[in-house]
Amino acid sequence: MIEILSAIPLSSVQDLGRDGYLRYGVGTSGAMDRLALAAGNILLGNPDNSAAIEIPFFPFEVRFLEDIAFALTGADAAAELDGHAMPPWWTLQARKGQVLRLNPTRRGARCYLALAGGVNVPVVLGSRSTQLRGEFGGYCGRNLKQGDVIRAIQCGERREISDRFPAAGFGVEPPEFVLPQGDLESIAQGTRTFVRVLPAAEYDCYEEASLESFWNKDWKISAQSDRYGYRLEGLALVPKRTLEQRSHGIVPGVIQVPPSGQPIIQLRDAQPSGGYPKIGTVIEADLWRLAQADLCTQLRFVKTTYDEAVAALDTVDDYLNRVRRLAELYKLSMR
Amino acid sequence: MTNTNQPEQTPRISLLGTTALLFEPPGKMDIHTQRRIWWLAREVETWPCIKEAVPGMSNLMLVFSTPPRHVDSLEVDLIAAWGRAEELHLEGRIVELPVIYGGEYGPHIADVAAHTGLTIEEIVKIHSEPLYTVFALGSHPGYCYLGGMDPRIATPRRKVPIRGLPGGAVSIGGAQTGVSASPGPSGWNTIGHTALSFFDPLRAPPSLLAPGDMIRFKVERTIK
Repeated sequence: MIEILSAIPLSSVQDLGRDGYLRYGVGTSGAMDRLALAAGNILLGNPDNSAAIEIPFFPFEVRFLEDIAFALTGADAAAELDGHAMPPWWTLQARKGQVLRLNPTRRGARCYLALAGGVNVPVVLGSRSTQLRGEFGGYCGRNLKQGDVIRAIQCGERREISDRFPAAGFGVEPPEFVLPQGDLESIAQGTRTFVRVLPAAEYDCYEEASLESFWNKDWKISAQSDRYGYRLEGLALVPKRTLEQRSHGIVPGVIQVPPSGQPIIQLRDAQPSGGYPKIGTVIEADLWRLAQADLCTQLRFVKTTYDEAVAALDTVDDYLNRVRRLAELYKLSMR
Repeated sequence: MTNTNQPEQTPRISLLGTTALLFEPPGKMDIHTQRRIWWLAREVETWPCIKEAVPGMSNLMLVFSTPPRHVDSLEVDLIAAWGRAEELHLEGRIVELPVIYGGEYGPHIADVAAHTGLTIEEIVKIHSEPLYTVFALGSHPGYCYLGGMDPRIATPRRKVPIRGLPGGAVSIGGAQTGVSASPGPSGWNTIGHTALSFFDPLRAPPSLLAPGDMIRFKVERTIK
């Protein structure tokens, strides 16, 4: 059990998302950074898809109301447990009464707080993720606010972890150091985020000059961005002729271009359908990079192919399997 | 495929990253095409690699359970299935929706008037006349895309989407119309409001309306 101490209600309960209800207009929701969510769960011995708390705004504080193991993944928020520094991508045993504080991030934009056993909220339409638009799922269908008490699912495994947990905890190397990509220097300086994009249906309908700037110019993530989508600012994209699509299914990652010419990347809370023209799709394997890109930072699109995009998914799986092996080793070493 | 250009002759198939594929057959956005889309959705959702088949307005999105290694052969199968597709007749109900048009309930009705050159009364009369068929659900939980709008009141989607539209908004986007089921962002032009609730996540199925159902808008009042 933990209690939310922070006043800004932007954090939410998420798992890997809600499948199979797009035909009823229900988008997938789920963690913006699925890699971080899964890794946090794996560190604790939870199923990958267990629910955790997504935190996009700092500082953020919770109080532990019982002894429980927890993991922190995603952004490096200079975390402190009762004032003692805790590394990012790390798991620890908390004692009743301790306070976990997440500070403004040094790297990344979203933190995931996972609890041993997983966050215990009802499964609605197959998922524990918060469906903000439909006001269901997650914690009472809304973001978390001050005073909310979140419970973990009790499980046999959890006691074992609690008893045998190393006092200093353990952790893994964050994926941005393991899965580098794009302009390494820019990444090191934290100035740009690079994501791979597969051209979509209306790609060929844009002026040559627009396509040129789409790939080669920076796109600023506007302050008007959230879990629904990132609105980008840059040179307006100009279609060769007026485009008006019939409404059709879309998925997180689709880059729509409204008539203003300023693209919007659809994200986890996005509608499952739309009608604006689509210039491309940020590939699933890179959506976690977007999730960790701060507002007002610059984005670059890198053209990719379907085969490369499928291979990139395997690379993400390989990373998670490494985390899995490491967590197993720690468990064995504690026996 | 666009409304403003010549229709293409062969279905257009495009990828949405590694997550899904979009199938857009040629032809008009009418009930006949839509019934074949419903047929195709039932056929395709039994195929391996397919997690969900999601009908749109005369198109179909296939969401992958795992991305197929060979998209080409999936495309061939899809085009062949479309060739076999029959009109699937779904037994629908008729639902009447009371609507207040204009004023604060329809903040963009003036934009529709400006675009079409029609008066507000004419727009309300033309919009409330037909019996609309639910072609597909989408956009947000419980939202219905309706077929059968009179093209005289077609109005392009807004240049910049609105971020906080209320639930129950009756709106026009391009040649389509629909009703929002909960508050949220939208790029459509809102012309009126209804109070009906369309969605309950604890119900099975969770949506009040399904493809094949029919809606009639009843003019409760018009604010000029």
